[in-house]
Amino acid sequence: MASTAIHDAVVSHQHDDHGHDHGHHKETFITKYIFSQDHKMIAKQFLITGIAMAVVAMILSILFRLQLAWPDESFPLLETFLGEKWAEGGRIKPDFYLAIVTIHGTMMVFFVLTAGLSGTFSNLLIPLQLGARDMASPFLNMISYWLFFLSCVIMMGSFFVESGPASSGWTVYPPLSALPKAISGSGTGMTLWLISMVLFVASALIGALNYISTILNMRTKGMDMWKMPLTIWAFFLTAIVGVLSFPVLVSAVVLLIFDRSFGTSFYLSDIVVAGQVLPNQGGSPVLWQHLFWFLGHPEVYIVIMPALGITSEVIATNSRKPIFGYHAMVYSLIGITVLSFIVWGHHMFVTGMNPFLGGVFMITTLIIAVPSAVKTFNYLATIWRGNLRFTPAMLFAIGLVSFFISGGLTGIFLGNAALDINLHDTYFVVAHFHLVMGCAAIFGMLCGVYHWYPKLFGRMMDERLGYLHFWATFIGAYLVFFPMHFMGIDGVPRRYYAFTEFAFMQEWLTVNVFITWAAIISAIAQIAFLWNFFYSIYYGKKSPQNPWESNTLEWTAPVEHLHGNWPGEIPSVHRWPYDYSKPGHHTDFIPQTTPFSETMSSNLIHDFEGNPEAEHIQQQWDKEHAPERYTPEQV
Amino acid sequence: MRLREIFNIRTVAAILVICTLNVTNTVTFARVQDSTISSTTAAIDTAAKAGSIDLVPSSAPLISTAVDTVARYANMQPIVETKDYSESYKVATYYVLMFLLLCVFIAIIGKILKVHEISREMQGLKAAFNGRRIQGVFLGIFLLFGLYGVYWSYAVQGPMSLHESASEHGLDIDFMFNTTLVITTIVFILTHIALFGFSFQYRGSENRKAYFFPHNNSLERIWTIVPAIVLTVLVLLGFFTWRGITNVSAEDQKKAINIEVTGEQFKWSLRYAGFDNQIGNRNYKLTTPTNGLGIDFKDQKSWDDKLTSEIVIPVNKAVRIVINSKDVLHSFYLPDFRVQMNAVPGMPTTFQFTPRLTTAQMREKRNNPAYDYVLLCAKICGAGHYNMQAKVTVVSEAEYAAWLAKQPLYYNDDVKRELQLVENSKTEEINKMALNKNNTIK
Repeated sequence: MASTAIHDAVVSHQHDDHGHDHGHHKETFITKYIFSQDHKMIAKQFLITGIAMAVVAMILSILFRLQLAWPDESFPLLETFLGEKWAEGGRIKPDFYLAIVTIHGTMMVFFVLTAGLSGTFSNLLIPLQLGARDMASPFLNMISYWLFFLSCVIMMGSFFVESGPASSGWTVYPPLSALPKAISGSGTGMTLWLISMVLFVASALIGALNYISTILNMRTKGMDMWKMPLTIWAFFLTAIVGVLSFPVLVSAVVLLIFDRSFGTSFYLSDIVVAGQVLPNQGGSPVLWQHLFWFLGHPEVYIVIMPALGITSEVIATNSRKPIFGYHAMVYSLIGITVLSFIVWGHHMFVTGMNPFLGGVFMITTLIIAVPSAVKTFNYLATIWRGNLRFTPAMLFAIGLVSFFISGGLTGIFLGNAALDINLHDTYFVVAHFHLVMGCAAIFGMLCGVYHWYPKLFGRMMDERLGYLHFWATFIGAYLVFFPMHFMGIDGVPRRYYAFTEFAFMQEWLTVNVFITWAAIISAIAQIAFLWNFFYSIYYGKKSPQNPWESNTLEWTAPVEHLHGNWPGEIPSVHRWPYDYSKPGHHTDFIPQTTPFSETMSSNLIHDFEGNPEAEHIQQQWDKEHAPERYTPEQV
Repeated sequence: MRLREIFNIRTVAAILVICTLNVTNTVTFARVQDSTISSTTAAIDTAAKAGSIDLVPSSAPLISTAVDTVARYANMQPIVETKDYSESYKVATYYVLMFLLLCVFIAIIGKILKVHEISREMQGLKAAFNGRRIQGVFLGIFLLFGLYGVYWSYAVQGPMSLHESASEHGLDIDFMFNTTLVITTIVFILTHIALFGFSFQYRGSENRKAYFFPHNNSLERIWTIVPAIVLTVLVLLGFFTWRGITNVSAEDQKKAINIEVTGEQFKWSLRYAGFDNQIGNRNYKLTTPTNGLGIDFKDQKSWDDKLTSEIVIPVNKAVRIVINSKDVLHSFYLPDFRVQMNAVPGMPTTFQFTPRLTTAQMREKRNNPAYDYVLLCAKICGAGHYNMQAKVTVVSEAEYAAWLAKQPLYYNDDVKRELQLVENSKTEEINKMALNKNNTIK
């Protein structure tokens, strides 16, 4: 087998290395911390960059929440920090309001929830949970991070150009995004946005190809696909979705660059802007929407699937129970992967797309609710009769399930073309996607951080601060987004600078104040997390080998990081990762590396399906030890 | 370890209390402040009594920096003399200090808990405070509060947002909406009761082992098939509602009143089709300051087109809106009528609907004599997006006819004069060209 051959080669290479007692590597500061090719270090780089971007995006959200809550009040401090250009007299200007909304969305969706989530945990967990020394191509992995970093820098840089950052919404619909005359953010800021996106897509693609090839080729001995933890399944399918959809965004972006800079008419037609008749004819703004959402919709699954994978692992570990319906979980992920490509049109029901197409997209969209429902019910069944350990990670996982349900259910409204007529582009949509992909994915990410922090930094985070962080964020998020549904139903459109101009929106002004306070409180709660995170890197309690008593392979690797992950031979795998609380065994977990021969008292005949010899041996043993043998109620 | 010394709780607390006092003297929160401070000082005392935290004498430079900062803020007044922001700086400083005090308070609670736990441990007792187990109780409590919160939202904010539809197809949409709402609310409540209820009930204990339950095919089959059936019902219902709204027969289209709406940054222009009920052709290249919509006046259908400043439509009569955009994307959104369609430059879109309640009737129903239907822009279109509106009024058919008769024509004298000028200059140009030709021939 090819994978075994590679594996052996890597093993022998590693033996050489450690024979020379690390002197072989000659790591300098630059190769260790900056241009590192070690997947664990790259994971940390992705995570910390992601957190930094999340903080920036969160501050932006507080800025526009201030504007929404107190549209008539001035905050002189804003002028001090943002300058007269954007916040004259301490009031955010409409142009800048749209800019911060746009950059908030872009950063959160792409930099935090795609790179920060997938980048961090795919890099950390794929080699460690599969038993590989590193990624298939450590060098490309490094390139992937640095392209991402560059794209972050360019996006941040767009705040410092004279015409301001891109401000046509994170979906940058042309013609608004193509005409600097229509909005100043569509000048240099938009060019930087587009460049940043191209770099980001390159980074995401390189990363995804790396993840796929690692998962397919570099699993350790015994780790067949059906023994992989659900995290890996999720990362694998996420990477596939990314590889198939991200290039489409690049094509869309390139056409937009042509339209903006070279006078083509892919998206522009019949436009009179600022009294000037433009020559462009024959293009269609709807084309951009098709291309954008062909990535954009799979993108939301790129965001949520890793989070679902992470929580599957965390919920199983902390419920001390096997994840319920492992196969169903995998098949529902596969179902979501496939369906994610044929539902993009539900973003376009009222854009002038042929209404018949709208009907078709509605059918495919509502079908995707079925695998999502299966996943939810399986989580509930996993918790049922468990022995739950509420670590902060577990709380965040439960929070994710709650958000996934709440946000998923409102998706049934929006996926319905008839209902979407009245809800499209209102606060209902804002509430929906913030719950289902914003909060849920962020909770998945935080859940992963709390759970794998010992693996990342070799130390533990403070649990109490974790609890404080969870409760403030969880309650805060609901208080922020739940009332928004009602505003949306009443017909308040999103991306409105102020609610003051329409009589019917007046009654929502107080709600806006309430939401803003909830947002501020949950933003402040993030300081508990940041403190906990950075303080624990240096002063946290030292982590034991397997702090959560988990089955998966990464907890067999030494706490102190070393290049190549395991000293000596890579452990081989004998069982699936979810043998928790198996009847007849003296502990409530059996690591994947434990062979069945050491757990005769707890083996089930079911474990040896398709291996008559092993079944026979087990039956023999059972007969001999009949009295002490636990009789399972259900197999 | 130096970092830890600097963040010594007692030092920080003392500094903060001093600073806060300083600031509050000038800010009008004095009374609230006093009680906060006394409680905080009490908490600090307790912490000190709990002892066993090794405290290092406070670091003097830190205090002076803090005082410096305060002093600097005080000195700032003359610098920003032109705009007197000193008050707001004080308020901001106050909030920052309050936040830091909160941090200290939290840190103290954390320390107390830790000390308590350590002392229990030293006495050989089991930890009284089992942080993890109690989280299960919190989740249970959250369930109760959450359910009440949902009930409250539905009861209070529900009526604020759900209003009777003013259009006929809107009734179908509302029926769909309510059906979906009932189904999803039931699922929402049940799954959350399960999620938090299980979390409460099965919170961990050392004495128990979880139930090994890796899969159960019949259960999984049930919860695949049941959602599939429910969704099929919703899909079918939704599909036919959607087709009913968007698929208007050619015959019905002819019966409807034609109105053209054109969005531009940041206003809506309206054009009524006039007596022939046909909207004249447009060509965006003809756009001039007088002919803002680029109407092609060579097309005779445009001669009777009427220019209006608001949408007035008769009740119980179908209206077909043709939606256009001059510059960027806009969205024609009438929440009361459950109508929305994007305005796309270069691609006219349409939406046909029938109003069923006049403005007067709606005012009565909503018990608000000032209520007006309104047209909004729902697609981000630039800085003025939040205020791109037009009034919509539904009246009886007679009132509508009277109103329409009073509206001016697009094909007015100014336009005619301009066209005449263009015509003249064209003929002139042709003459010139002819002359030139003659010259060259000569």
